[in-house]
Amino acid sequence: MNILRKFLVILAGASLSCAACAADIKIGVAEALTGGAAQYGIPNRNGFQLAADEINAKGGVNGNRLQLVVEDEQGKKEEAINVFKKLIFQDKVLIIFGPTLSNSMFAAGPVANAAKTVAFGTSNTANGITDIGPYIFRNSVMESDVLPITIATAVKHYRIKKVAVIYGNDDAFTKSGYDVFKKVLEEQKIPVTTTETYVKGDVDFKAQLTKIKGGNPDAVVCSCLAEEAANIMLQARGLGIKVPFVGGNGFNSPKLFEISKLAGEGTFVGSPWANNNPAPANQHFVAAYKQKFGSEPNQFAAQAYDALNIAAAALQTLKLSGNLEADRQALRDALPRVSINGATGPFKFRPAAGKDGKPAGFDAEQKPFIYIVQGGKFTLYAGK
Amino acid sequence: MLEQQLLNGLTLGSVYALFALGFTLIFGVLAVINLSHGAVFMVGSYAALFVVTHFAAPLWLGLIAAMLVSGFIGLGVDVLILKPLRARNAPHLIPMIATIGVTIILTNAIQGLFGVEVQRFPEEVLPAADFVVGEVHVRALEIGIVAIAFLLMALLFFALKKTQLGRALRAIAESPKTAALLGIDVEGLFHLTSFAAAALGGVAGVLIGLDFNAITPFMGQPILLKGVAVIVLGGMGDIRGALIGGLFLGFAEVFSKGYISSQIGDAVAFGLLFLILLIRPSGLFGRVLERKG
Repeated sequence: MNILRKFLVILAGASLSCAACAADIKIGVAEALTGGAAQYGIPNRNGFQLAADEINAKGGVNGNRLQLVVEDEQGKKEEAINVFKKLIFQDKVLIIFGPTLSNSMFAAGPVANAAKTVAFGTSNTANGITDIGPYIFRNSVMESDVLPITIATAVKHYRIKKVAVIYGNDDAFTKSGYDVFKKVLEEQKIPVTTTETYVKGDVDFKAQLTKIKGGNPDAVVCSCLAEEAANIMLQARGLGIKVPFVGGNGFNSPKLFEISKLAGEGTFVGSPWANNNPAPANQHFVAAYKQKFGSEPNQFAAQAYDALNIAAAALQTLKLSGNLEADRQALRDALPRVSINGATGPFKFRPAAGKDGKPAGFDAEQKPFIYIVQGGKFTLYAGK
Repeated sequence: MLEQQLLNGLTLGSVYALFALGFTLIFGVLAVINLSHGAVFMVGSYAALFVVTHFAAPLWLGLIAAMLVSGFIGLGVDVLILKPLRARNAPHLIPMIATIGVTIILTNAIQGLFGVEVQRFPEEVLPAADFVVGEVHVRALEIGIVAIAFLLMALLFFALKKTQLGRALRAIAESPKTAALLGIDVEGLFHLTSFAAAALGGVAGVLIGLDFNAITPFMGQPILLKGVAVIVLGGMGDIRGALIGGLFLGFAEVFSKGYISSQIGDAVAFGLLFLILLIRPSGLFGRVLERKG
């Protein structure tokens, strides 16, 4: 009798867990998996995958498994919009992570916002991203929180008196990084010898660099993506420019050194994540990532990993009703209350200021780490 | 700074000139604007990259591979596409559209084979030496680029002016029908021209890939635009025009970036071009159009 009852309980449990199978939580991942932005998009995707696998291995969120629906947005605005529409209306996901570039978020974010579905950026650092609307979240730290500290540290280390600036002026991310650099340099009263620009796809920077050399700066401040930055460094050294570089978030890619080799020695860059941060959450992430993907993780993988854990923490507090609209709204309302201790350190959300009093989304509240490049590697800056 | 910018302009300009040379040669002889020249240029740099990375071949072998691969693609385009169009007396726009199709096919094929990511020549194959002359930093690579570009241009110029082959080509440029009546193998020389022009484009592709350290499936488009600008400026179909026009565009770009503003580099270069064409509508050396008209 007793055995029979136990058996029935197990049966009931099995059928319950099967009902849970049917109620897998669908999570959209829209990242650039091909094209130039893939160097950020692929680590992002890996970070989500790792976090989802870990959560599912522990039995999911409240017994619900997380199911990732991964789409390639190719780092293009049009593709990001298409992918967002597919994930929201066709796959009916609960939340979308991505897209990779700020440019794409400016294009696709409004689609998610209008559909009252959270778009959660893990690599969008441009200003104004969360002004798109109340359904836009990000855990990527904004350039305006990182660059003042990067600049101040570099200025102190090298005793910098004047700098030259170069940036890409047709990309939301590099342009917005430049705006922040400009403001910070003004605030810290560092004269700029010359400000040079290039456009996406440019490979010849010699004319601009020759001009920079003519101004004799103590450092070159560069708001560029890693590939361009690496080429700029190589061509700068070819022209005999020996001063160090100071970079924005775009520098945070191993690509920088794969291409530039040792041309980037002494570069200062700020990052929300440090590989060798000894916090247990980070050490666990680094080891698990290496085991799963056989390569070193980077900042973008760490931020994606944390982002999914943030969403899981919010889901933990919810009882999903099965009504997609209501569940999307409930998740949106639960997210701002989450705070976790992740691979990138202690994290919480900060309501974005918003433009002209319009409702806005949520930014990250986190402290950056400052790196200096030594021996072709990012080394945590320990002070002079 | 001025000397350095002069060198920057010379390197850029000589690659533009080399690219435009093949372009103008096809126009001069075949009277066709071959818009696949940009894609052929791109394929050339991938051919060299492939040989250099997969067979650990030295760079000069890569250059030869680029010439051959690009050359045969150019020949293929002539035999498979331009020849049937010539035989049917197709109007001028048709070969342009057909060669745009070739561009799309080649670009997609390379994307499929090599991916869209930017590729680079391995560091070991590049000549590492550089010199400092006064204030100017010169890389051995830049000397090589300018030397190869000018050598090939000189060779072509000599071949056209001094050899029997050149005389035949110039006769065709004047009038293919008359040339055929004189016993010149017009079709054969069309094929040869297509091969040679594409081979020059392939070499230009390798040189640009080396100089800027970036090879992508899309590198043909911007240079195609510049190539059109150069041959319009120099005079359609004129060899000297391609040389002067290419150098002009290279210098104009570098100097407007260096001394006016990098924001409007292309605007200044193309604005100047427009002004020159206002004064000389048929280009610097252009008599071809008048002659044909």
